[in-house]
Amino acid sequence: MKRMKRSWTLGIVLVFAWAAVLSACGGNNGKPSASAPASESPSASAGAPGIAKPRVAFVYIGPPGDGGWTYQHDEGRKYMEKELGIQADTVENVPESADAERVIGELAQNHDIIFTTSFGYMDQTLNVAKKFPNVKFEHVAGYKTNDNMATYFGKNWEASYLSGIAAGKMTKKNLIGYVAAFPIPELIYNINAFALGVQSVNKDAKVSVVWSNTWFDPTAERNAAVSLLDKGADVLLAYQDSPASLQAAAERGAMAGGNDSDMTRYAPEAYLTNPVWNWGPYYVKKVKALMEGTWTNEPYLGSFQDGMVDIAPLGPSVPDDVKQLVNETKEKFVRGELNVFTGPILDQSGAEKVAAGQALTDAEILEMNWFVKGVEGTIPQ
Amino acid sequence: MEWFIQLAVAAIASGTPLLFATLGGILNERSGIIQLGAEGIMLMGAVTACMTYLHTGSFIASLLAVAGVGAALGLLHAFMCVTLRTNQVVSGLAMTLFGSGLSAYLGKSVAGTPIPGSVPKLDLPFLEPLPVIGDIFARLDVLTWFSFALVIVLHLLIHRTSWGLHLRAIGDNPATADVMGIRVQLLKYGYTVAGSMLIGLAGADLLLAYSPTWIEGMTAGRGWIAVALIIFARWNPLRALFCAYFFGVMDTIGFKIQLIGSSIPSYFLKMIPYVVTILVLMYLGWRNRNKPTGAPEALGIPYIREQRF
Repeated sequence: MKRMKRSWTLGIVLVFAWAAVLSACGGNNGKPSASAPASESPSASAGAPGIAKPRVAFVYIGPPGDGGWTYQHDEGRKYMEKELGIQADTVENVPESADAERVIGELAQNHDIIFTTSFGYMDQTLNVAKKFPNVKFEHVAGYKTNDNMATYFGKNWEASYLSGIAAGKMTKKNLIGYVAAFPIPELIYNINAFALGVQSVNKDAKVSVVWSNTWFDPTAERNAAVSLLDKGADVLLAYQDSPASLQAAAERGAMAGGNDSDMTRYAPEAYLTNPVWNWGPYYVKKVKALMEGTWTNEPYLGSFQDGMVDIAPLGPSVPDDVKQLVNETKEKFVRGELNVFTGPILDQSGAEKVAAGQALTDAEILEMNWFVKGVEGTIPQ
Repeated sequence: MEWFIQLAVAAIASGTPLLFATLGGILNERSGIIQLGAEGIMLMGAVTACMTYLHTGSFIASLLAVAGVGAALGLLHAFMCVTLRTNQVVSGLAMTLFGSGLSAYLGKSVAGTPIPGSVPKLDLPFLEPLPVIGDIFARLDVLTWFSFALVIVLHLLIHRTSWGLHLRAIGDNPATADVMGIRVQLLKYGYTVAGSMLIGLAGADLLLAYSPTWIEGMTAGRGWIAVALIIFARWNPLRALFCAYFFGVMDTIGFKIQLIGSSIPSYFLKMIPYVVTILVLMYLGWRNRNKPTGAPEALGIPYIREQRF
């Protein structure tokens, strides 16, 4: 059986060789970091003199071609490059595991500022930040910071509220389906804001939630969407990374929205709208701050006011009066006149959560763990 | 009844790609070659279907291209397992890694672009008036009907023809088959290529009929489920049909239960397919504990003429 043994060894070597080849093709897909000037000193704490030409890197969870989350970050990077005339390096498809810490650590050796664009990179970013005190780190959506590590995110619940207005106007059966990724606060406050938007124009409509327990699995997302359509929903919103729900809705003559970016192209006639991210201005702001020596680690929460949060153009099937209503409400957000979570707000059991005249603070919204009245579904505890 | 019909339609839709992949795997493994590359081959099938459809707009051309790519990957797997006699598990894993990586690379230009159109439907108006059957079968697409036909053809091929006898012989006891004058290595090549074509078709079906946009890693583990279904079906095409649809039901029933308003945590519902798989395997294992597993006896063992074991 000696032959067998040898073939095992050979096979294992082959597998490792494949893995190495694959990680080489799939991983470092951005420009080689050699393009960054290596002579500059990578040190600048807040208040210190700035860096004339900072070396910038982005770490992506998916490919820029995902049409959603990473796509929007990549658009932000391009905007930043154009505005400031500098080239950034990118690494795509970085898993939220020990790999992330390795990738971020390698980038930290020859970059001045690194944007880690997924919630799951939080601890890895923090670990690397502690090791490289002269490099600045920017982590999206997290809650841990360091002297050289900031977090940034946006009030996309405001955009969910606007999607809700459009959905509430468009539903004929008064049943709206919501395909939700994971039962975490980000989803819960978006669902609640969406439902409040629906109720602001349509008191009778219900929002029915299913959890897919995945960010990205087109088949599972589609199954979830079909279950909602079978139940009688005629408008869907999918807080997911793929357009599968929109495509399923289009086949049934229903309307739908997705998440993160404008998804009109997947099914123009069936497209409603959805919240979109616009990271470019923030990236410009923070890189510029680094250049001027004014970078700080302050957590940042963007909104309609600074344009980080926006809503995709409403689909061609949405009538003009609905478009106008959404735009008028959007103007209120832009002027800072409207808070989605202003009382009275009841929870599913009918108990008062927010009293009339009161409003939730951003911090309270960011840790929400209950559904408003009119949402059908349960949050696993 | 409405509920049952919706469930059946959803189960057939999400079970069909699994069925193709399982049938392909059965054909592979009946000839004695372990097929763990299903995930990678499915991904390659899906990306090929997407790119061909976007370039030519032809459904037939897409299927032919997918068959070609599936055959090429099958040929590679057969070359590794039959001619080079590498370890079949490792070769299969390499196919999965290779297929996932290459499909991601090739698909960059088409990622996120929806394909204009879908699999032609085969409307059968005469079924329409029948209750239940009409609702389920009157508006299926041609690939689904093809998968039904394939189940019957493969069942008859394996169990009722001399070709099937030869196939089973090379999977169970290649030395004896060789003595009988069957061209063992050639047949192993042929069935590995044919099986891989079907697995590629599974990916094409997933893309063309189910989720009409190429997205990296879109099979999300369905190739591995097919590998489990081969064992679950005990290498039998008819059982594969039930197993694939059973899994299709499990894929969607979790959402249905959520929507009824049950308070079972959705994480638990997501576990259902896997828990049920384990339970059914235990039940079948217990019931058939004194019978053979149905696995080809020489599965995974490279055949070398005149070597003693």
